[in-house]
Amino acid sequence: MSRFDWLSEWLARCEDEHILIRRGSARTLAPAHLVECDPEDWGRIAAVARDFGCRWVALWGSDEGGEETPALGVQVAFEYGGDHLVVRTRVPRATPVLSSHSPWFAAADRPERHCQDLFGVVFLDHPDARRWTRHGAWGDGDYPLRKDFAAAGQPPAETPPDQDYPFLAARGEGVYEIPVGPVHAGIIEPGHFRFQAVGETILNLEERLGYVHKGIEKIAEGRTPEALARLAGRISGDTTVAHAWAACMALERATRTPVPGRALFLRALAAERERIANHLGDIGAICNDVGFAFAQYQFSRLREDWLRGNQRLCGHRLLMDWVVPGGIARDPDPSALAAMAAELDRLEAELAELYAILDDNPSLEDRLSGTGRLTEATARQLGTLGYVARASGLAFDLRAQAPYPPYDTLEVEVPVLEQGDVLARVRVRREEIRVSLALMRRFLAELPAGEIRQPLAPAVAGVEGLGLVEGWRGEILAHVRLHADGTIDRFFARDPSWLNWPALERIVRNNIVPDFPVCNKSVNGSYSGQDL
Amino acid sequence: MLRLLNRIRRTGIITEPLATGADAETLETLGIEVRRQIDRRLGGSLAIREVDAGSCNGCELEIHALNNAYYDIERFGIHFVASPRHADALLVTGPLSRHMEAALLRTYAATPDPKLVIACGDCACDGGEFGVSYASRGAVENLIPVDIRIPGCPPSPLNLLKGLLAGLKGSG
Repeated sequence: MSRFDWLSEWLARCEDEHILIRRGSARTLAPAHLVECDPEDWGRIAAVARDFGCRWVALWGSDEGGEETPALGVQVAFEYGGDHLVVRTRVPRATPVLSSHSPWFAAADRPERHCQDLFGVVFLDHPDARRWTRHGAWGDGDYPLRKDFAAAGQPPAETPPDQDYPFLAARGEGVYEIPVGPVHAGIIEPGHFRFQAVGETILNLEERLGYVHKGIEKIAEGRTPEALARLAGRISGDTTVAHAWAACMALERATRTPVPGRALFLRALAAERERIANHLGDIGAICNDVGFAFAQYQFSRLREDWLRGNQRLCGHRLLMDWVVPGGIARDPDPSALAAMAAELDRLEAELAELYAILDDNPSLEDRLSGTGRLTEATARQLGTLGYVARASGLAFDLRAQAPYPPYDTLEVEVPVLEQGDVLARVRVRREEIRVSLALMRRFLAELPAGEIRQPLAPAVAGVEGLGLVEGWRGEILAHVRLHADGTIDRFFARDPSWLNWPALERIVRNNIVPDFPVCNKSVNGSYSGQDL
Repeated sequence: MLRLLNRIRRTGIITEPLATGADAETLETLGIEVRRQIDRRLGGSLAIREVDAGSCNGCELEIHALNNAYYDIERFGIHFVASPRHADALLVTGPLSRHMEAALLRTYAATPDPKLVIACGDCACDGGEFGVSYASRGAVENLIPVDIRIPGCPPSPLNLLKGLLAGLKGSG
């Protein structure tokens, strides 16, 4: 199938619906296609996309400025057959009103509310127009991502707690509520969970996030590309490589800067190392959440060994700040590269032994099997990503369906299971470690010699780029737009957690309250990555 | 089951007495020194309540690592507790997000006196990559008094231990 061979059919459907597609460009956000439509047609775009079978990817706003008629831009990304399509519209800043995409795509719910809170875009017919990212740090009617809002803002001397958020309520005999957080009992990120339960059974879970909102999109503005890469590497500390890569990819595409092959291979090595480090930690933690402490000790031992390998490779245990615009920061010590082959063999042998022990324990399987099921239909409806989707029968992986260099030079196996329970998510992650190890061996064997960094080409005012990288949680999208001097005019990053957090609400229904931690760990959404 | 026991036996005790890297200090000598300080100043144990007040979660990963078998921080008398009411110290990460302000204040109020506040990581010490903005108050000390600062992005487990030791000595 050639790329975008479906687009003419998609455009024909738009025409059937009398949607006027104003402009199209295959270059502006290449390899994605960009089309523009009128704001009146915005809602019907979603209807066409859903009927066509597109996957909802991301929605983000932008301040388009304009002296006489200031405007806001809103863009939505869809994916079909591995191709990404971005639809853009502009609304006057005085009356920023659009139809909501949420009735067609459940995944659009929270991103639209984020856009509403930060840009003041009103999404009509949104089924749930409550605030989302805004708690008490700025007022209703203040929109931090508009250009006339200073990054310092005018915050109250003391930010009030977010206590009047209208949570869904449940009534009935025997129904009780359990509020949890934002400060949790373990060493984890803050967020609030509101359970409604009968006895031990969870009737409903409502998530309330936004506690670690740090204004990342706003403070990105005006930064140099190098400073943006550092910031992107801290959107979610556990995904520092993939986020920095996505941001750099967007910068490199915007400025049409070719990245040296050696840097691309080393980035991919780092991304696979990041995937394995997180999978190791989480597999142990999931077992620990059902009382199998042996696995926790063993897997955290392997993770520690692995992080020390990271340290040898690039001088940082989590690989932070190694990915920089145009390449990577430092060539690794040759001895670290030489030692890696043996490191991979050792991990593989250790894992084989541990998996045999895990599989030998029926009590472990009994606790994980059937727990926290996510059906394929729900996973699809919510636009779920990464191993959460792949454990529920959805095979999407950018590295396979929309491969970017260096993954375009090889075939990436995508392990998929159907059961959709905690056990399936563990098994998919086990398989993903295996695939990553095989990929790393290829990258090591074929690692090109040469330069590791190419300076970014000069920017032209308003140039844009889109980065798409398969992080360990799933697809990451990053969008940048540059000023003429090469600094950042707009940055947006969509962590896969945006799409996986809503899945957790569905996963825990009808499970028992004590199984919430293991269900939560099996999804492991990033709070920081979604709160921005 | 035999396989499991065998694996445990063959793993043995990996907890490190090793010299790490170019450092002259060993984890163990560091730990013994920390232990001594805790015995002297805190009656034998240091109960820590970790609070993420806006972190990117990088610091959390490394704090977690303190509990793995290599570092096994409990042997030095340090343990992480679930409630601030059980804590001697708050270990706070992140630039302080304004949305976490009230929660951190309440956690601080719930921690019995006398208490220590440890700012963990560059962001908690000085705002780090995020600084002060409409969404962030930057350093933790912009809200509550801080006794010990441990810089790093994120601080490695060994640096966490070193920072703790320096802080315990300094604030004595």
